[in-house]
Amino acid sequence: MGVGIEVINLNAWYGTNHTLQDINLHIPANHATALIGPSGCGKSTFVRCLNRMHETNPVGRVTGTVRIGDLDIYADAKPVQIRRRVGMVFQRPNPFPTMSIYDNVAAGLKLNGYSNRRALDEIVEKSLRNSALWDEVKDDLKKKSGASLSGGQQQRLCIARALAVDPEVLLMDEPASALDPVSTSKIEDLIFQLKSQYTIVIVTHNMQQAARVAEKTGFFLNGRMVEFDSTHKIFTNPSDKRTEDYITGRFG
Amino acid sequence: MSQVHLQPEPSEPGGQQPTVTTAPVVSAERRFLLSRGNSVNADRFFSWLMLLCGLSIFVIVGLIAFELVVRSELSWHKFGLSFFYRSFTDPYTHVTTFWDPVNQFFGARPFVYGTIVSSLLALIIAVPLAIGVAVFLTEMCPRVLRSPLAFLTELLAAIPSVIYGLWAVFVLVPILREQINPFLIRMLGWTGFFADDNPTGLGYMSAGVILAIMILPIISSLTREVMTAVPHSQREAVLALGATRWEMIRMGVLRNARIGIVGSIILGLGRALGETMAVAMVIGATPEIHRSLLANGSSMATVIANEYAEAVGDMHLSALTEIGLALFIVTIIVNFFAQLLIWAVTRGTPAQAR
Repeated sequence: MGVGIEVINLNAWYGTNHTLQDINLHIPANHATALIGPSGCGKSTFVRCLNRMHETNPVGRVTGTVRIGDLDIYADAKPVQIRRRVGMVFQRPNPFPTMSIYDNVAAGLKLNGYSNRRALDEIVEKSLRNSALWDEVKDDLKKKSGASLSGGQQQRLCIARALAVDPEVLLMDEPASALDPVSTSKIEDLIFQLKSQYTIVIVTHNMQQAARVAEKTGFFLNGRMVEFDSTHKIFTNPSDKRTEDYITGRFG
Repeated sequence: MSQVHLQPEPSEPGGQQPTVTTAPVVSAERRFLLSRGNSVNADRFFSWLMLLCGLSIFVIVGLIAFELVVRSELSWHKFGLSFFYRSFTDPYTHVTTFWDPVNQFFGARPFVYGTIVSSLLALIIAVPLAIGVAVFLTEMCPRVLRSPLAFLTELLAAIPSVIYGLWAVFVLVPILREQINPFLIRMLGWTGFFADDNPTGLGYMSAGVILAIMILPIISSLTREVMTAVPHSQREAVLALGATRWEMIRMGVLRNARIGIVGSIILGLGRALGETMAVAMVIGATPEIHRSLLANGSSMATVIANEYAEAVGDMHLSALTEIGLALFIVTIIVNFFAQLLIWAVTRGTPAQAR
């Protein structure tokens, strides 16, 4: 089951570029939360702060508090521990090309020394079923490489890979932006099914996508969070003029 | 977004037909391009020229092989295939030898053995070191140190091999003789690979170490290149699964770069097999076979360099040329096995990494 995320006074920099300024929000457990905003507004940086990926960039810097469940991830834990609990799906599908489909899904567990074969088989099957890929790949799990799949399948494989470690939070950084419409709708269906079990944070450029999958939506602009409310309110009756301008297509 | 303006089709009754009213004016640049003709001959000339360049490789390889075969005919006829394994006992001294110019007996076994042993030793020493250097340079090195270190590694490759040989004679061999060999003899003498019977410090071991230093830059700079070519998204994918830095390097970088790394090792091996000068200076130049890695030996390239200029008689020359032919063939065999290795490594991945 997922846990909620509490963000307090989060600031982030790339070198001297202040990309995130005083972000405060509460992301509810077991719901999908969408983050929208024009390019370069800081939404990707924000999700990368939630699993401490931002600091893997040599010039990245973060201050503030992020609490995932009861864990203050910047004070009480090391990045490696956080990332085992928080799964991430990236914009471009990035399966491991030298591994079979099976090994791709099992990668997170094998990495951490999990070696119970039978349990691993079950987890791989469950993760692939959860990511709606099982029926398409079950016959050549160990024969085909992760790179032999189509783009949409690869992205679902990446989702399966993230799910296999049973994360509490699933971060998705524009998971469908490199995919065709059919694959996109599959991914959206998937998010819809997964959000009862996981806390999902999804960054998207596509406002209809946010409206379709998320209960809560946050609007980012120039490194600040302008508005955070229920998706319905954001899209029908936003309280901020800038949000309204953005969702009605006046800029961005 | 939903209201995309579609151009009305020309056949539609309401659609506007595009009408051309202006007279065709031919601009100067258009006239110039039209005057260029269809360029068929230039293209044909170019493709013949490139074909010639490509064929020249076959011609060169063919000529080398032909020359080696012709010039080694004498030795071929006399010894046949036994050239590569048979030994010979001197009728007066009753000493068994493989290579005896005085009695006109020639066999290549100690040279093949020396080449293989020194090259393998070089690989054993150089490969882990080179990969370590590459990992440090691409993944861990502070930015300030990176380019000087990379430059120094490349510089190692540019040093002439005779300089390596000199350095080995004056620096490496004394160190091996005084410090390292006694230690190896004490710790691993029981294996028989490190016997205490050679006070010179020359031998397979010295040759292997100097070869390792010489092939280090090739392997590490190529490995560095293929590692840099691994997309950043692969590193992020592994990190996001909760990997430590080492796990990220192993799973996200080395695994994806392994084909290229195998390739760089093969190139290193190729250089080690053929290296002449530095090896000739430290291997001991003795046509014998010893189990001990600390013993004097010789190699195929070494014996050609040492003896060709002062060979006694046609048979000696012919035998040396046959060793050259064998080195040629050994190199081909090694490359064949290398290809086999690459095939074995890549077999598990139907799709390419990139």
